[in-house]
Amino acid sequence: MQTALGPSTASRVVANRQVRTARAPQVVAASSRFADVAQAPPDPILGVSEAFRASTSPNKLNLGVGAYRDEDLKPVVLSVVKKAETKIVGRAENKEYLPIEGLDAFRKATVDLLLGAGHPAIQEGRVAVVQSLSGTGSLRVGSAFIARFMKGATVYLSNPTWGNHRNIFGDENVEWKYYRYFDADTVGLDFKGMMEDLTAAPAGSVVLLHGCAHNPTGVDPTAEQWGAIADLCKERNLLPFFDVAYQGFATGDLDKDAFAPRLFVERGLEIVVAQSYSKNLGLYGERVGALVMVLNDKEAATRCLSQLKRLARALYSNPPTWGAKIAAEVVNDKELFDEWKGEMRGMAGRIERVRGELKTALDAKYPDKDWSFITRQIGMFSFTGLTPAQASGGRRVDNMTNKHAVYMTRDGRISLAGLNSAKVDYLANAIVDSVRNA
Amino acid sequence: MLSLTRKLAEVAVSPASAATLFAGVPEAPKDPILGITEKFLADSSPMKMNLGVGAYRDDNGQPVVLDCVREAERRIAGKAFMEYLPIGGLRDFISESVQLAYGEGHPVIADKQVAAVQALSGTGACRVFAEFQKRYMPGTKVYIPAPTWSNHFNIWRDAGVEFAKYRYYQPASRGLDFEGLLEDVAAAPRGSVFLLHACAHNPTGVDPTPAQWRAISAAMKERGHFPYFDMAYQGFASGDCDRDAASIRTFLADGHRLALGQSYAKNMGLYGQRVGCLSIVADSARDAAAVESQLRAVARPMYSSPPLHGALLVTKVLQDKELKAQWYKETGSQLTWNHVTDQIGMFAYSGMSGEMVDALAAQHHIYMTRDGRISMAGVNSRNVDRLAQAIHAVTSGRL
Repeated sequence: MQTALGPSTASRVVANRQVRTARAPQVVAASSRFADVAQAPPDPILGVSEAFRASTSPNKLNLGVGAYRDEDLKPVVLSVVKKAETKIVGRAENKEYLPIEGLDAFRKATVDLLLGAGHPAIQEGRVAVVQSLSGTGSLRVGSAFIARFMKGATVYLSNPTWGNHRNIFGDENVEWKYYRYFDADTVGLDFKGMMEDLTAAPAGSVVLLHGCAHNPTGVDPTAEQWGAIADLCKERNLLPFFDVAYQGFATGDLDKDAFAPRLFVERGLEIVVAQSYSKNLGLYGERVGALVMVLNDKEAATRCLSQLKRLARALYSNPPTWGAKIAAEVVNDKELFDEWKGEMRGMAGRIERVRGELKTALDAKYPDKDWSFITRQIGMFSFTGLTPAQASGGRRVDNMTNKHAVYMTRDGRISLAGLNSAKVDYLANAIVDSVRNA
Repeated sequence: MLSLTRKLAEVAVSPASAATLFAGVPEAPKDPILGITEKFLADSSPMKMNLGVGAYRDDNGQPVVLDCVREAERRIAGKAFMEYLPIGGLRDFISESVQLAYGEGHPVIADKQVAAVQALSGTGACRVFAEFQKRYMPGTKVYIPAPTWSNHFNIWRDAGVEFAKYRYYQPASRGLDFEGLLEDVAAAPRGSVFLLHACAHNPTGVDPTPAQWRAISAAMKERGHFPYFDMAYQGFASGDCDRDAASIRTFLADGHRLALGQSYAKNMGLYGQRVGCLSIVADSARDAAAVESQLRAVARPMYSSPPLHGALLVTKVLQDKELKAQWYKETGSQLTWNHVTDQIGMFAYSGMSGEMVDALAAQHHIYMTRDGRISMAGVNSRNVDRLAQAIHAVTSGRL
């Protein structure tokens, strides 16, 4: 489940391509300088979309990458984004470098969204924020900061978590370990296991938490459980690092979805947060995000900001302008902001609806199994229960893909954003077949 | 000093305490280049001049957006596409960039020997390469010219690659220390990585002549060194894209395997869009494919995929005959200023000391990097007299 191997189809596609294009070297060098460089396996998540594109099946369904699709399964550029973009082009602004820390208007907006405008931490200047390259870039800057200033600290990742988390910390040589999270039997949260593992973590460890809409499981702690986790972090001196990629996208409500990080701050904890606007503003390709540190001390926040900038300078110098301008425009314009909230409710609503339809279909086709997890889970992703943990060794996922042309990641995750009403029945049949017969 | 982790284990944090986990984090020094802009912005003098960062200004001191870029932007505004790019970036953009750099139809392109990914401008290209070097050219140092863009050191250091310097600028002649350079090339361990500025050397503006480039290429070939070309000014240095890339093509003709980091920050004025390309010329299509896959593996945990907007703009300009012609015209015409006769490009290396630079800032509200590098793009007909007088004042010991 946690290996880097992509679906078998994707591997075949890549291998075939290699055979066809290999040619004799043009210049005879003493030895090939890069002969020892091995072909990297396709990315387990993005490789799924590649395989999907290569498929010729008329029934193919892409439930791989987490990008929102509308009811016609088309990508969506939010109306507010188009409006904002047109406005910005109309202003004919220059294309100068942003400061290393990014666009001021965006930085202010993103912190307001996270904590709520006027939050004491903001008033007191205790928040360090750098605009960065969406969630990944923000996590990377945070990871580099941990590597440099929390030497020897271990980062605890939920089991399972978004696959790229491991690489982001690994590439900075930050040690990581898992804490128990997903309970395959209940298809829910292994809260007891989670608390045990975090209790056992050494003081000064970092805990990576998903702010809402856990990726890949869709399983979130309850409000009460969040409170217990916060208290534990406080007691054990663990640094919470929130990955907030779905604020506003999970429930459709920006404030509700920010409950967890806000609760932690309220309890006096210092937190690190990586924010992404890929999904909630649909700005995927423009790479808009922020790394935020909410500290208890203003001077420390200032110094931390200077160090975050130093790390960013050696990674990319300064962040890209375009997406940040769009985000700032949307948040700072009352009409656009309200319209945006409506669009988020629409997206979250559609996902909630197809979840309900899928559960209903599965209940009808396979009543002996409890499918309630589908509507209990939240956000774009669902851990279907088609995991290797159910001792199928990936056979079920292979069955989904090879027999039914349903493309999903090998850990059993499906993206509900890629499902519409028209395909619910087809998918339900595929799932039932895979659970029964694979 | 106790490590932060051990400190945390020892300190009992009571709920009411406002202790911070980050008390031990020191203030970082300001970036030597970008920090100048910060100081400039903080200065309230109406006479202030920013000669720090290398960003082009017109004669009114205003930033410039090329007309071809504005037009390209109009065409893509309100676009219906915001999806993630592939990890390696926009394929059309990469194809155009590689052709621009190596020449359309160059054998290495036709034979698929070029591994290439879209990068976060020049910085991003350098950083992805530095990480690649760390993993796949272990034990090699990066040889950096003295002097160079200050961020080169930060990039390779953060990637965990050791650096060494090679002689480049000769203060006495205000030109290239050609003999010193060749000596250092010969002395470096076989197979070292050498960072070369393809054209318009930053900060000195001093470039090797074509004959000197040929000699450097031969010397590096002899030692099996691996060149990394940093090209941030193609088209902007001489006004001719092919001429500005001649050094790279000389090396290719000599059969070098090499890497190239291209930036569109200056030559298309796309600074803040962070558009660039990293390419590596390998021995075979197999190697190129493998290398490219590993470049993607570096990029994925760094930023997942590069930003879309700037790449779309560059592609639009380069793929459209009219826009491309317009671009050539616009970059060519920016070079009517010829303030420094022999040096080339955006910067002039004044030879002023750090103390003189400080005096310029404190007494005259003129800001530049402490190595005495002047961004000529910040000089125009309105301020050149004041600049000249100020420089005269601080270098003559008069206040």
